[in-house]
Amino acid sequence: MNRVELQALAERERDAQAAFRCRLLCCASTPCLSSGGTAVQEALQARVSESGVDAEVQVVSTGCMGPCSRGPVVTVQMAGQPDTVYEQVTPDLARRIVDEHVAQGTPVDVNVLPADMPFFAKQQKVVLANSGVVDPERLEDYVAQGGYAAMAYALREMTPEEVCREIITSGLRGRGGAGYPAGLKWDMVRKEQSDKKYVVANGDEGDPGAYMDRTLMESDPHRVLEGMAIAGYAVGADQGFIYVRGEYPVAAKRLERAIRSAERRGLLGSRIMDSGFNFRIDVRIGAGAFVCGEETALMASIMGMRGQPVPRPPYPAQSGLWGKPTLINNVETFGNIVPIIANGAEWFAGIGTEKSKGTKIFALAGKVNNTGLIEVPMGISLREIVFDIGGGIPDGAAFKAAQTGGPSGGCIPSDYLDTPMDYESLRQLGSIMGSGGLIIMDEHSCMVDVAKYFMEFCMDESCGKCVPCRVGTVQMYRILERITDGSATHRDLETLRELCTMVRETSLCGLGQSAPNPVLSTLRYYMDEYEAHINGRTCPAQVCEMNKVPVLELVAAGHGHNGAGHMHTEEAA
Amino acid sequence: MAVKTMTRTHPKRRAAEHPSGDARFKLIDRTLKRYQYQQDALIEVLHTAQEAFGFLEDDLMIYVAHQLKLPLSWVYGVATFYHFFSLKPQGEHNCIVCMGTACYVKRAAEIVAALQQEYGIEPGQTTPDGKLSVATARCLGSCGLAPVLVVDGEVLGRETPESLLETIRTRVGSGKPAPVKA
Repeated sequence: MNRVELQALAERERDAQAAFRCRLLCCASTPCLSSGGTAVQEALQARVSESGVDAEVQVVSTGCMGPCSRGPVVTVQMAGQPDTVYEQVTPDLARRIVDEHVAQGTPVDVNVLPADMPFFAKQQKVVLANSGVVDPERLEDYVAQGGYAAMAYALREMTPEEVCREIITSGLRGRGGAGYPAGLKWDMVRKEQSDKKYVVANGDEGDPGAYMDRTLMESDPHRVLEGMAIAGYAVGADQGFIYVRGEYPVAAKRLERAIRSAERRGLLGSRIMDSGFNFRIDVRIGAGAFVCGEETALMASIMGMRGQPVPRPPYPAQSGLWGKPTLINNVETFGNIVPIIANGAEWFAGIGTEKSKGTKIFALAGKVNNTGLIEVPMGISLREIVFDIGGGIPDGAAFKAAQTGGPSGGCIPSDYLDTPMDYESLRQLGSIMGSGGLIIMDEHSCMVDVAKYFMEFCMDESCGKCVPCRVGTVQMYRILERITDGSATHRDLETLRELCTMVRETSLCGLGQSAPNPVLSTLRYYMDEYEAHINGRTCPAQVCEMNKVPVLELVAAGHGHNGAGHMHTEEAA
Repeated sequence: MAVKTMTRTHPKRRAAEHPSGDARFKLIDRTLKRYQYQQDALIEVLHTAQEAFGFLEDDLMIYVAHQLKLPLSWVYGVATFYHFFSLKPQGEHNCIVCMGTACYVKRAAEIVAALQQEYGIEPGQTTPDGKLSVATARCLGSCGLAPVLVVDGEVLGRETPESLLETIRTRVGSGKPAPVKA
C-alpha cells in the first residue's frame, strides 16, 4: 500500500462511517468486560437487528473511554447531536437505548454522564485520542482517524536525522518513569554504526495500580506499532519487539492481530509503503517479574534468559539485544510519536510546562469517587486531579496522601495538593512521576503499613543478583514489620534510615535503588505516625494490630520479689 | 563432531512423536518449530508447555532443554525465576487475588485472610484434595474495580470476603468438614 492508497482507504472508511445515522460505541477493555460489557454489546446488537435498523445503526466495540469504575460504558454518536455517554449500562438499559434514544432521538434520562463533567472537561487527550473511538481490532478504523499518515509522511518527507531532531525539539521525555529525553536516546542509537539495530517497546507494566500501557495497547494497538515503525526508521532498525506482561492476554492478542493486519496491508514488514524501509515487529510475552521493567533485565528476558539486570554502561543504545544497539522506550512514549510527527514539534511543546512537555496518562485509583484512566497536560495540580476529575473522596473522608510511581515512588501529603504534576516537582517532593499510577488514600490508610506493603513487594520482586537489594529489602521489611506490630524501638528507626541510604546507593539496578523511596517519603511526611507506633503503640489509622506482641514491663526495684531488672510479661501476670 | 551427527539433532527425527505418545507434546513441537528451535524462544516454549500440561514437571523441562540444546540448569533457572511458571500441579479450581496498590487500599488482604481461614492454604498453595489453588497477583490492571479477583478465569470486581467465599463455596464446596452445611 502506498500513500495514495492509504488516503483512499481512509476516505472510503470515513464515508462508510458517515453513512450510518447512529453509531453505538461499547467499551471492550478489561474493566468494562469484567463488569458485564459483553452482555451489553450483545443486547445492543440483538436489539438493533430485531428493530431492523442494521443498515443505519452500527454497534462498535472500542477501547477504553476512561471512567472505568462506572463501566460498562456506552457512547451514542448520532448525526446532529453531541455524543451521549451512558454509565453502568445493563442489558436492559441497552435495549432501552436502542428503543428510545436511537429510534426516537431522545436520550434515555438515566445513567447519562453529563458532557461538561470535569472528569472529561479537564482532560486533554493526545495519546488516548483514538481510545474509545476506534475498534482496536480493525485497521481500517485507525486509518479513518488519520492512522499511518504520520509514518507515510516521515518515510517520504523526512530523513532519519530530521525525525530525531523533531523528537528532540518536541521535548518529549521517556514516560517509563525516569524522564530521559526521548529524542536524545533516539539520536544516540541512530549515530551508532552497526549492521543490525533493534527497537523495543517496554510494555512490562509491573507497578501495582498502573494500567496505562495495557489500556493503550488494548485500545489503540496500531498507534504503538506506528510509533515503533517511525522509531525504527529514525534509528535505522529493521526489527522491533514489544514486550507485554503475561497478565495482559487481551493486549497481546490485539497486538498480534494488529501486526498481522498491518503486514497484510504493507504497512509493516518488507518495503513499507513502497519505500526501501523494512520493519518487522514481534510480540514477546513476559512471565511475571517486576524487575523485567528495567531495561537490561527486559532485554535478557527477550533473549530467553532470566530477567536479571546487568551493570550499565554499556547502555542499550550501544550494546543491547544480542550486543547490538537497541532503542528501548515505554509503550506510552511510542504513543506520543504519531501526534508529534502529525502536528509538529512546536504544537507538542506548547502543551505542558517548561521542562515537562505534553500530556501524561494516569491510572487514578484508590479512595476517590471517579476511578479510571485520565490523560492530563503536564503541570496540572494534584488538587484538580483528585477533586475535579476524581470527584473527591468518597464517604466524606479526608484526603491523606497520593501515591505516585508505585514501589519506586513516594507519597504526596495534603499540604502539597497544589503541586504541579511534572517530573521536577515530583522529584523535589521525594516521589517520582513513574509510569503513571496514582493511588489516592484517605485517613483510613496507615502510612507505615503502606511503606511495609511496598517493601514486601520489592522484597518479593528482588531478582537476587546483588546483595544490597536482596538482603537489604528483607531487613527493612522486618523492621517495618516490628514497627507495625508494636515491638520496635527508636534504634530500629535509625537502622531503617541507614539501610535506606545503603540500599539506594549500592544496588545494581533501578529496582533496588528506588526500593527505599516509599519508606523515605513516609518518614519525611508522616514521622508522627512512626512515632505513634513506636512510642504510643497505637496506630492512628487503626489499621495495624498492635497487640500481637506482649508488652515487656520493667518492674521497679523494690516491688518485685527478685529485685530490679527482673522482667515478666503482661500475659504471664 | 560425533555429538553433532547424533540422530536427535536431525530435523526429521526432532519432529517425530514424543516416545510417550502424549499428543500434548505436539503443541510444544509446533511452538519449537515456529521459533525455529532458537534458544531465545525458551520463555515462549515454556508458556506453551505450561498451557498444555498445566504445570512444568521435570520430564517436560528435560524435553524442552534437549530440544533447544540448553543445559537443564538453564531451563530450570528460567522456570523458577518467573512467577508465571508453576512446577507443582494446580488445583481443579483456581482463585487469584489481586494485591495491587488499589486493591490493597481497599483491603484485599482481608480476602486472602478469609480464604486462608476457610481452606487453610496460603497464596501459592493448593488444598490437599487438589480442588482449589489460591494465588496472588501483582496487579491485574482493573484498579477501578478494586478489590479484584479472578476465579477460574472469570474476573470479579468489588468483592468482599463474604461474597467471595460464597462464590468459591458454590464451586468448590465448603473448606470446613462437611456436616455443618448438610
